[in-house]
Amino acid sequence: MTQVLLGAVSLGILWSIMTIGVYITYRILDIADLSVEGTLPLGAAVACFMITRDINPYLASFCALLAGCLAGLCTGLLHTKLKIPALLSGILTMIALYSINLRVMGAPNLSILRMETVFRPLARAGMSNSAAIITVGGVCALLLIGILYWFFGTELGSAIRATGNNQRMVRAQGINTDTMKILGLVISNGLVGLSGALIAQSQSFADVQMGTGSIVIGLASLIIGEVLFGGKSFFRRLVALILGAVVYRLIIALVLELGMNPNDLKLFTAITVALALWLPQGRELLRTFRKLLAKEGN
Amino acid sequence: MLYIKDLTKVFNPGTVNEKTALTGLSLHLAPGDFVTVIGGNGAGKSTLLNSVAGVFPVDGGQVTLDGQDITRLSEHRRARYLGRVFQDPMMGTAADMNIEENLALAYRRGQRRTLKWGVSAAERAQYKDLLHELDLGLEKRLTDKVGLLSGGQRQALTLLMATLKAPKLLLLDEHTAALDPKTAAKVLALTQKLVEENHLTTLMVTHNMHDAIRLGKKTGGALDNDRLLLS
Ligand SMILES: Nc1ncnc2c1ncn2[C@@H]1O[C@H](COP(=O)(O)OP(=O)(O)OP(=O)(O)O)[C@@H](O)[C@H]1O
Ligand SMILES: [Mg+2]
Repeated sequence: MTQVLLGAVSLGILWSIMTIGVYITYRILDIADLSVEGTLPLGAAVACFMITRDINPYLASFCALLAGCLAGLCTGLLHTKLKIPALLSGILTMIALYSINLRVMGAPNLSILRMETVFRPLARAGMSNSAAIITVGGVCALLLIGILYWFFGTELGSAIRATGNNQRMVRAQGINTDTMKILGLVISNGLVGLSGALIAQSQSFADVQMGTGSIVIGLASLIIGEVLFGGKSFFRRLVALILGAVVYRLIIALVLELGMNPNDLKLFTAITVALALWLPQGRELLRTFRKLLAKEGN
Repeated sequence: MLYIKDLTKVFNPGTVNEKTALTGLSLHLAPGDFVTVIGGNGAGKSTLLNSVAGVFPVDGGQVTLDGQDITRLSEHRRARYLGRVFQDPMMGTAADMNIEENLALAYRRGQRRTLKWGVSAAERAQYKDLLHELDLGLEKRLTDKVGLLSGGQRQALTLLMATLKAPKLLLLDEHTAALDPKTAAKVLALTQKLVEENHLTTLMVTHNMHDAIRLGKKTGGALDNDRLLLS
């Protein structure tokens, strides 16, 4: 049982990096970016490809991040320069990446079993696999949170946040909203690429299908984080994303333990997200209902 | 200062929704002028200001500011010369960001956004003083989200943002039309004060004849069905 729990926590931490990426587009930029479904396996593919060539796994993970950035750039250019709606731009990139990922790996999947990964050194030092993943992934996620907290407080970061809020106002302040959107997409997909690289190293393989449904997983984690741990400060919200991703994995582990057919997982996740997305309105309804009841009572 | 020559704007050309909003409009503002243009709903007032601000490309004519032809300059490039207050009080500020962040965005209008911290301590003190002068109690709410403010408060803030870094030209799109009479009077008084203090060249459009005459040192004329009638 502890094994299952530790596994869920470690997986949650690696996916939390992806969740932070989704947060940047979905919440900060107010764009639903589907390219992440292709960027996640892209990061995995790039990292695994390089690792099979005996390249340092840290360098390989960094290159996966850069590859993700490139994918984000592609979506950003489609959206801003060719004026294709954001949703469609993301889908185009996602579809294009499917072919590219197959090219990178040379096959639908690529194993790095028994090869060096970013987690191996700690495992060799005597840590269990899950503990090594939690340590490396946790440090990585916290580091990223620190950097993002700083970045979104800078002039440039503020400009990106404002762009997700009121584009006309931002242009009136002399800021190029296209550039800001591209930048946000680049950062977001970079994080997703890195997340894919770490996930692949933790499971010792990359698979061209591993991105399928990832946007929904990201959204589910994001919403769970916001509902359970959210707060007012930006830092708190970022931490909530990590916790949300971990809780999501714990829930999945739990329903699997309870005997749910793994094939039903995606349906389960989709329904959960649909319910959760409805939640703010649901709560609003409940509040007005209570107010009405209180009034009736008086 | 500002020369608008033969400005023409047609929306949705070649479709059933084709709408000529401006035809051959010319207008001149000398430095320090406060010019008002009056017009009814749909006369093309917003279109005139949006054309000057570069919100959309125009179909003919020329806009020259301080000797520079800005007709083809993109909206964000022109912004460095322009202060703008919109007709819609929600339009000029970012609702999910707090008061000081909004001011800080405006304080850097036309500048490159760097990796320096978004709001400096020195700025914060300056913002407090400026907000204090507004007399709306906003100086105590620097870290409140702008979305929590009333329309009048937001419009006053937008006005402050538009003049924070003195623009070459201030564009006011009947910025008090959506406010109640009392608040509108307050915001208009503030407008006058800020314009005088900073010696701003101002182009204001309005449907209110009274405001137009009272505030404008010159009336640019009346917009009537896409044409500017001379006063
Ligand atoms: N984006 C647009 N697309 C199509 N038509 C437009 C657009 N913007 C304005 N128009 C049309 O151009 C004409 C002038 O509009 P404009 O917004 O400039 O009027 P206005 O004088 O500002 O009116 P109001 O007092 O109601 O704000 C109107 O007939 C309007 O329907
Ligand atoms: Mg108007």
